[in-house]
Amino acid sequence: MADSASNDAFVEFDRVQKSYDGETLVVKDLNLSLPKGEFLTMLGPSGSGKTTCLMMLAGFETATHGDIRLGGTSINNIPPHKRGIGMVFQNYALFPHMTIAENLSFPLEVRKMGKTEREEKIKRALDMVEMGAFGGRRPAQLSGGQQQRIALARALVFEPELVLMDEPLGALDKQLREKMQFEITNLAHNLGITTVYVTHDQTEALTMSDRVAVFDDGRIQQLDPPDTLYEEPQNSFVAQFIGENNTLEGLVKEINNGVALVELDDGELIDCKPVHESVKPGARTRVSIRPERVEYNKDRIQEGAHTLKAEVKEFIYMGDIFRTRLSVAGNDEFIIKTRNAPDVDRLTPGQQIEIGWLPEDCRALDA
Amino acid sequence: MSDSTQTGPMLAADGTPLKKSLNRALRMQKIRALALITPLLAFVLLTFIIPIGQMLFRSVENDIVANTLPKTVIALQDWDAASGEAPDEAVYAALAADLYVASNAKTHTRVGSRLNYETPGISSLFRKAGRKAKKWDVEKDGPYKEKFIDIAKGWSDPNVWRTIQTYSPKYTNGYFLNAADMQKGPDGAEIRPENERIYFTLFKRTLIMSLAITAACIALAYPVAWLLANLPSSKANLLMILVLLPFWTSLLVRTSAWKVMLQQQGVINDVLVWIGLVADDTRLVMINNQAGTIIAMTHILLPFMILPMYSVMQTIQPTYLRAAKSMGATNWTAFWRVYFPLSVPGIGAGSILVFILAIGYYITPELVGGTKGVFISNRIAFHISTSLNWGLAAALGTILLAVVLILYWAYDKIVGIDNVKLG
Repeated sequence: MADSASNDAFVEFDRVQKSYDGETLVVKDLNLSLPKGEFLTMLGPSGSGKTTCLMMLAGFETATHGDIRLGGTSINNIPPHKRGIGMVFQNYALFPHMTIAENLSFPLEVRKMGKTEREEKIKRALDMVEMGAFGGRRPAQLSGGQQQRIALARALVFEPELVLMDEPLGALDKQLREKMQFEITNLAHNLGITTVYVTHDQTEALTMSDRVAVFDDGRIQQLDPPDTLYEEPQNSFVAQFIGENNTLEGLVKEINNGVALVELDDGELIDCKPVHESVKPGARTRVSIRPERVEYNKDRIQEGAHTLKAEVKEFIYMGDIFRTRLSVAGNDEFIIKTRNAPDVDRLTPGQQIEIGWLPEDCRALDA
Repeated sequence: MSDSTQTGPMLAADGTPLKKSLNRALRMQKIRALALITPLLAFVLLTFIIPIGQMLFRSVENDIVANTLPKTVIALQDWDAASGEAPDEAVYAALAADLYVASNAKTHTRVGSRLNYETPGISSLFRKAGRKAKKWDVEKDGPYKEKFIDIAKGWSDPNVWRTIQTYSPKYTNGYFLNAADMQKGPDGAEIRPENERIYFTLFKRTLIMSLAITAACIALAYPVAWLLANLPSSKANLLMILVLLPFWTSLLVRTSAWKVMLQQQGVINDVLVWIGLVADDTRLVMINNQAGTIIAMTHILLPFMILPMYSVMQTIQPTYLRAAKSMGATNWTAFWRVYFPLSVPGIGAGSILVFILAIGYYITPELVGGTKGVFISNRIAFHISTSLNWGLAAALGTILLAVVLILYWAYDKIVGIDNVKLG
């Protein structure tokens, strides 16, 4: 899917650059294509360029360089109101002086749709988000979650093929957010709409998307389905940004049969899987290990695992898991997560233990 | 838990009813709050409400005739004004007795000028008669009818006596009738002849010109307020200083500056003649008329329109416009259907402010209005300081106040006062 040819791409960014001040680039050489019906999330820290990309797609910002295509035709010079793209804003942007029904009627009225057709579509859209009884209310009379649903219904009521969402769940509390995540994904898949979703919340990105584009520094760092993104991060930024991650720094000694030998800064030698292209003998590297892939119970450490000495700094009981902070190879922030099972030892701070992991779980990335 | 099962009023921990207990706890707070606003309350009452009340009262008060000429007023009660003949000797004798007292107390000229407002010429009758009456021996010098008519022919005019009779009650609606271009004729209230009607014209002009000024302010202020609300803050601050700059200059200086700009030999005319748009002998008349008043007052009141508009527009999120456009609205539709309705409360607040300020404006129309561009307030000022007819000034002021209140009420009915926001 990642390499889908440009002829079946529905939305396409082709070498797009964006600068606001003529001195620095906010978006650097963006290439992205997504097929019809895909749910793509742009994930990244603030200032990474993800919202700018969304605004360029919506037409509120113009690309400084490059081409943005929708259904094969360039939309660079098409004003936003002619693009026919539905949009859900961070603060919902429901018009406070109109009722819910009038809000939903707005996109239909500007399309000069007849009254009966309008009413029918509004009803269908409201029913779709289970807000059928709220047509006569004003936005201020609704709760945040209800406003969110209305914003969604309003973006969908004129049946756009592409919907953009700019951190739409940012203002909701955790429980409601999780419920809405589920509802939005369901709706998008049922209606077969192509969705571009912007968020800085990695859990949201992982649970909702078909593919996630991780943005940093104006570039897409990695574009992959959620599981690939989590399990096979391609560089240390993605490894750090998605999920929890342990980093050990060292020097690459040699690479043999797809295994890199890395000398950590305290002299310890470990085997790693070389991932990033910069991992070559003599180069510095950051080694990434997920906390849940590290074992300390002797009988649980698998065959072929690499073992290291560690000192327990902190042991936190979290119910379903134990979260332990260790000092490993000079790194005091080394975290491991262990599932709470009857045969797992509970550790005490100061205890000296041996930990182990498989070389393929240990990924050598860029320094 | 046991509290929830008991019946009757809720009790506090010590057994007193909860309501009483709460009131006691809040009483101290209320007293303190009241004490804090007492100085302001006293100040407003003493310097604002009481004087205004007194001023309004003057518009109906009329005890000068009854106080100065008590016997005449009683004697006149039986006289029939419709008879067309001067009253009989008894009335003249009463007047002589009253005038004797009044002229020695030097109050006869005051009642003269009071009645002169209603019928011109009475003032001199009282002055002349008063001079003589001072020396009369009231008991013996009768009969007085001839004497009065000798002093001045006017004393035989039934119209003079009718005026005295009409204005003898302690309260009168005469000032209000006057203010409404009416007078008390023999058959009650009647409209004055056309050439004497001035106040209706003035009220109408004041209203129409205030509306014109408000409309001009809306048209000029809206784009400025929009810029203020949408420019980056550094530029917006500079623009804000420009908006507020007029407040730092004296009102008189600004108005005089408009005189320099607008007069026939002024800057604007000179430029127009120099460009060739206007011939030298047809220079535009832009001052000492309504145009001058509207131009100068629009300029002076503009900040009062810009500021409320700006503070409302600042609260309109730019995403509303983006949302409208994303749904397919053109720039104009997005503005007209979304931005404009949201900015209406600012327009309302600014309009009320500007209109109410304009309707009572005095100094600018006085300076640049000429005769065609003066407002009702200029007339009020004239009666307060020049003609000294405070009763009429008070009646005009009362009518003005009533008009403003009615318009305010109408605004509330049409637009709704909840729809007015200052930010």
